[in-house]
Amino acid sequence: MGKHYLPQTDQTRKRMLEEIGLQSVEELFNCCIPPGVRFQGSLDLPPALSEMEARKHLEGLAGENQSTAELVSFLGGGVADHYIPSAVDHIISRSEFYTAYTPYQPEVSQGTLQNIFEFQSMICLLTGLDVANASMYDGGSALAESAWMAHGSTRQNKIMISRTVHPEYRQVVQTYADAIGLEIVEIPFKDGLTDYDLLEKSADKKTAAVIIQQPNFFGLIENTEKVGQITGNLTKTLFVAALDPISLGLLKPPGEYGCDIAVGEGQPLGNPLSFGGPHLGFFAARDKLLRKMPGRIIGITEDVEGQRGFVMTMQTREQHIRRHRATSNICSNQALNALAAAVYMSLMGREGITEVAEQCLQKTSYLQKGIKEISGFDLAFEGPVFKEFVVKTKKSWDSVEKKMMEQGILPGIDLKRFYNELENHFLVCVTEKRTKEEMDKFLNALEGI
Amino acid sequence: MKGEKLIFEKSRKGNRGYSLPPLDVPSQKLADLLPEKSLRKEKAALPEISESEVVRHYVNLSQMNHGVDTGFYPLGSCTMKYNPKINEDVARLQGFAALHPYQKEEMVQGAMRLLKDIEEYLCQIGGMDKTTLQPAAGAHGELTGLMLIRAYHKKNGNPRKTIIIPDSAHGTNPASVTMCGYDVVEIPSDEKGCVDLEALKEVLDEDVAGLMLTNPNTLGLYDENIEEICQLVHGVGALLYYDGANANAIMGYSRPGDMGFDVIHYNLHKTFATPHGGGGPGSGPVGVKEKLVPFLPVPVVEEDGEKLYFNYDLPDSIGKVRSFYGNFGVVVKAYTYIRMMGPDGLKRVSEDAVLNANYLMEKLKMTYDLPYQRRCMHEFVLSGSKQKKDHGITTRDIAKMLLDFNIHPPTVYFPLIVEEALMIEPTETESLETLNEFIQVMEKIAEMAQDDPDRIRESPFNTPVRRLDETKAAREPVLKWQPES
Repeated sequence: MGKHYLPQTDQTRKRMLEEIGLQSVEELFNCCIPPGVRFQGSLDLPPALSEMEARKHLEGLAGENQSTAELVSFLGGGVADHYIPSAVDHIISRSEFYTAYTPYQPEVSQGTLQNIFEFQSMICLLTGLDVANASMYDGGSALAESAWMAHGSTRQNKIMISRTVHPEYRQVVQTYADAIGLEIVEIPFKDGLTDYDLLEKSADKKTAAVIIQQPNFFGLIENTEKVGQITGNLTKTLFVAALDPISLGLLKPPGEYGCDIAVGEGQPLGNPLSFGGPHLGFFAARDKLLRKMPGRIIGITEDVEGQRGFVMTMQTREQHIRRHRATSNICSNQALNALAAAVYMSLMGREGITEVAEQCLQKTSYLQKGIKEISGFDLAFEGPVFKEFVVKTKKSWDSVEKKMMEQGILPGIDLKRFYNELENHFLVCVTEKRTKEEMDKFLNALEGI
Repeated sequence: MKGEKLIFEKSRKGNRGYSLPPLDVPSQKLADLLPEKSLRKEKAALPEISESEVVRHYVNLSQMNHGVDTGFYPLGSCTMKYNPKINEDVARLQGFAALHPYQKEEMVQGAMRLLKDIEEYLCQIGGMDKTTLQPAAGAHGELTGLMLIRAYHKKNGNPRKTIIIPDSAHGTNPASVTMCGYDVVEIPSDEKGCVDLEALKEVLDEDVAGLMLTNPNTLGLYDENIEEICQLVHGVGALLYYDGANANAIMGYSRPGDMGFDVIHYNLHKTFATPHGGGGPGSGPVGVKEKLVPFLPVPVVEEDGEKLYFNYDLPDSIGKVRSFYGNFGVVVKAYTYIRMMGPDGLKRVSEDAVLNANYLMEKLKMTYDLPYQRRCMHEFVLSGSKQKKDHGITTRDIAKMLLDFNIHPPTVYFPLIVEEALMIEPTETESLETLNEFIQVMEKIAEMAQDDPDRIRESPFNTPVRRLDETKAAREPVLKWQPES
């Protein structure tokens, strides 16, 4: 029964009980828990396994899944199959990192603290914004926190969000908004892009935030300058963008197009798919919003000998100090995933992040061109894309998916599940990991349908 | 300079820490693929470093950290227990780690079986009817649970206005309440450290949506009036929320569902031995009683006799609190832990956790003030007020001195209702020898407070950095490295 994690033996237990004047462990519970709520009997759980049996059992469960490692995956939609350099997992497997907790005692947490500081710096470099925090749970909840923060800093209740933002993110924003009665206005799309005219017409002084995604859920490049103009004309309204961090190797940093808060899903930076989590959300903003930001922020200081060190700072925003007046309730976040992201960004560096982005872009274009040649299939939207795009087909999605899977290919995400009007449309994602050979296989398979 | 340079300070133009295969498709001009105005003008100034130097940088950083594997970590309410190594291995199996969340259900039945089974295990341990694994951390679970409470009341015609919280509650509780659009009503603790029943009765009315409670509470005390508290709260139609941060004390001995709670969050990274990661990832599943099931976030895992599937069709659902299905990789670790401990093992966990805490409490109460003289559960709270009054040594000083003995200090200055609080949670994975060493060190520090108080005030001496100036960090914020322009 996992006894090897428990160093107390029956003898030491007896000795300790004697020293504190008790006969049995039961007495410790008898004296505190009223009989009416004392659990009788044994928990109805499967009997304990040895480590050998547990490993076998877990390997069995894992074996019942078909993983992307044995297939060719063109699945994206917020998380994607990017290459993870070996060094990443080796570093996050250092138990000094993963068995520590929130750096409450900075003198013995400099490893975690310096890493978060460096992570903050890297996120600022990618986004072109002034300040970043230590991480959020994921892209969706980071976006929801940005809406909450926009409401907190503008005191306005209306949040406008483009329908080209990830459908699950919109759902999370809606759920958070419902709790405090924020009004969510969805902006429709035209030709796969946010309908900027409609946005311009309906955005007003009561708008706390305008939220778009770049590249958007369909992989298309939004006209972020236009959105920046619209929000810029409304003095208070904040411009929030949800971003793919890899795209920022090539795309203009949001800080340069008038964006106030940049968030996104950090999984592509060195984190495995892991069935959707744990990953990390990143969160960056302009200086003027610093005191409204959620989550941990690390700053530089000195120790008594004048040596550089790192501490949690701006803590008067946080729940453990401010309680019900805190800017957010976030406490545990995704520190170890942020470490993986920082190691990834360090390894890739200035050139690598650009090259990965460029390979995604070039390969996506190659596959797009190929698909256009195949009868019965076409691109749903014209216009530049980054690493994802939408294919429309005259065939039924079910038959396409079935045929592709027979050849070990995961062809994409059925968009009908999120957009009623997009029947027989699917979202295809091409990362730097996809080879020409795999894409040709994809095209051949498609041709054979 | 001691310490580790910033990674940016090690950057050298032309160095690289990655390799990519050459582009194997025809290369097109960038300008033909993306609009000029959408492109970055300058590359992001990420560091340029070889892999060997990157690895050395982070290994050096790791060595400036204290973790459970490094030494004793009795950080109260955080349950810093040992993190079994097999859990790390199984979460990395390709059959889990390389699953995409949008794969067809048929392809991921093993993962869904694991989700379904651990949901049921957690229901069994907590005495609840149904669990969602979506919340990513304890505070996220709180928010989710409060949203469920709001949805329930709203469905019944009135979302109500307030949530009652005792003054000993974790800081996340009131913050979550605000995020859920409720007002906080704080009630005092009684002289025994538990909910003051009279104060509770005074604030209970039809505006109250719920009560949030940790039991055992942050003083490590089990509230003996729990049944009456539940009756009173339910009496006005309000619901009870259980903060599961302290559930390590009660497995197999008492279940929140049986106490009368309607909603609970579990901290898989505390009770179920998944690593804390330097501040996450955690996981904060939420368990509910039948009446709250319709409001759970989507999707919920269901079984139709042939296969497991994700059910998104819950008309009264609160929606989603994050993307996909939760911190799955963390859930795999907790699942493995529960399977390896079994029912008797989990009970033994709580026994040893409670025994270790009581042993420490009995030994240390001779040297330090113990404000609440009762048997504790998995943790207890001492006060450093004697040391402060007699020698001018604060709890902060005591904490810093402990660092020189390779011991992570307890949670300090919390709960707020104890002056100079030291909240100590040894957990069950510590040996008698470790506990005795801790007692000796604490006694030695008490002696030093008398004989050599300046040494304590100046501590720590042996840590990678010494006491840090937090005021300076806040007054002159430097929150990132910037390239020289």
